[in-house]
Amino acid sequence: MSEKVKWSELKGWKEIPIGGNLPAKTSLEYKTGSWRTFRPEFDPSLCTHCMICVHYCPDSAIPVIISEEGVKGFRDRVYKGPVRLETNFDYCKGCGICAEECPTKAIKMVRETWED
Amino acid sequence: MSMTKVKSTKKPLTGNEAIAEAMRQIRPDVLAAYPITPQSPIVHTFAKFVADGVVDTVMVTPESEHSAISVVTGAEAAGARAMSATASQGLALMVEVLPATSGLRLPVVMAIANRALSAPINIHCDHSDSMAVRDLGWIQIYSENAQEAYENMFLAVRLAEHPDVLLPAMVMLDGFIISHGVEVVEIYDDEVMHKFVGERKPKFSLLNYKEPWTMGPLELTDYYFETKRQEQEAMKNAKKLYIEIGKELSEITGKEYGYFEKYRLDDAEVGIVVLSSAAGTAKDAVDELRKEGKKVGLLKPKLFRPFPYEEIRDALKHLKVIGVLDRSYSFGGYAPLYSEIRNALYDLDKRIPTQSYIYGLGGRDIFKQEIKEVFNELLEGKISSEEKCIGLRE
Repeated sequence: MSEKVKWSELKGWKEIPIGGNLPAKTSLEYKTGSWRTFRPEFDPSLCTHCMICVHYCPDSAIPVIISEEGVKGFRDRVYKGPVRLETNFDYCKGCGICAEECPTKAIKMVRETWED
Repeated sequence: MSMTKVKSTKKPLTGNEAIAEAMRQIRPDVLAAYPITPQSPIVHTFAKFVADGVVDTVMVTPESEHSAISVVTGAEAAGARAMSATASQGLALMVEVLPATSGLRLPVVMAIANRALSAPINIHCDHSDSMAVRDLGWIQIYSENAQEAYENMFLAVRLAEHPDVLLPAMVMLDGFIISHGVEVVEIYDDEVMHKFVGERKPKFSLLNYKEPWTMGPLELTDYYFETKRQEQEAMKNAKKLYIEIGKELSEITGKEYGYFEKYRLDDAEVGIVVLSSAAGTAKDAVDELRKEGKKVGLLKPKLFRPFPYEEIRDALKHLKVIGVLDRSYSFGGYAPLYSEIRNALYDLDKRIPTQSYIYGLGGRDIFKQEIKEVFNELLEGKISSEEKCIGLRE
């Protein structure tokens, strides 16, 4: 728990659902990006949009869209259909699995620098 | 003598069969259990109801008690009404899951045919199994006989599933003594009893895809404490509602469902407190001593979790001496029931001498004569700070 959290500002026991049970999708509100020590640096010019990084990402932090017009990637080819976008740094914990698995070395892990 | 207000049938049943009869009338959606003496006949009997199509319960026979309790916990999370039964080492194997069931606020109801814990291995009655799990957030109701065990199952379902409670519940009956002993049990009308429990209507369930719901998320230093505080509140609510729901059950059975039963206690000078089947023997001892003009009485707690401290204190406060009989040790501490009774008495201005007794471990019989001796000892004021044992060879 970050020191910035003030206990008194959190909800009391009478206000929260019982048993710690919650509505679905609350993890969207839980931004875990601040845990990051390393940051995946994505080079779109090397990406074949093979989706390996997307499937391996434990936090589903790599957004995918369906692109009709396509995006430019590896060897200047235009990749249409499902394409990955820049990592969502709200959720990326910097585990480095995407960089490890990327067959074209389009992702490089670099030291994260935080501005406080 | 019966004050039954609805149609009923008297049947010669073992305690286990009486529990199975209750389950038949409750008609749970799911029942999962693993065989263990002396519980097994509950599930044998119920399995026959399932096989004969008397109930449409989904019966699951997993590979262990750990899995059995996991199945019923999962079934409850899915929105079903689920039940189980176990004893002794089987309950011990469930221990990892028991606080998850209560922590997730899933109202599983489970029958426990009380049996001694290994080692040494022993299949007979004592309360060391259920007492070992008394702090895991389960409601605990102890039964003196098969009739009480049968009725307690209905109380347990209603109490556990009440929206202000939502905690799992255990109904205890003494292994072999009650689980296998045959007595005449009054079984009330099927439809009336089923209507009494009604259908389970969970506010949230994992199978309700229209309203997705997360169960069992991580809570660390920020919210865990608050969630546990809710559980304590649910127990307080359960204490209040036990009486209310008991009154509703009275409408059917004509009996009273108090936190405890008092037997010739109000004008007594010396009282003993004892749970479950031994209370039946103790009543005979009380009657015989009363004939000799000795002012003795009995208090038999039924609801053990939540524990009715204030009410028990008020019921005992006029006594000169109190003996508490426990059928289990709390190794290195005061015995479980004694500990609660002594605690309940603390708020009195006057200190009542109390004596702790251990009896009946591993199914050792306790005889009327022994209980009379306990009463006589207490009447003579023989109190010591040492825990005494009844029927133990030195």
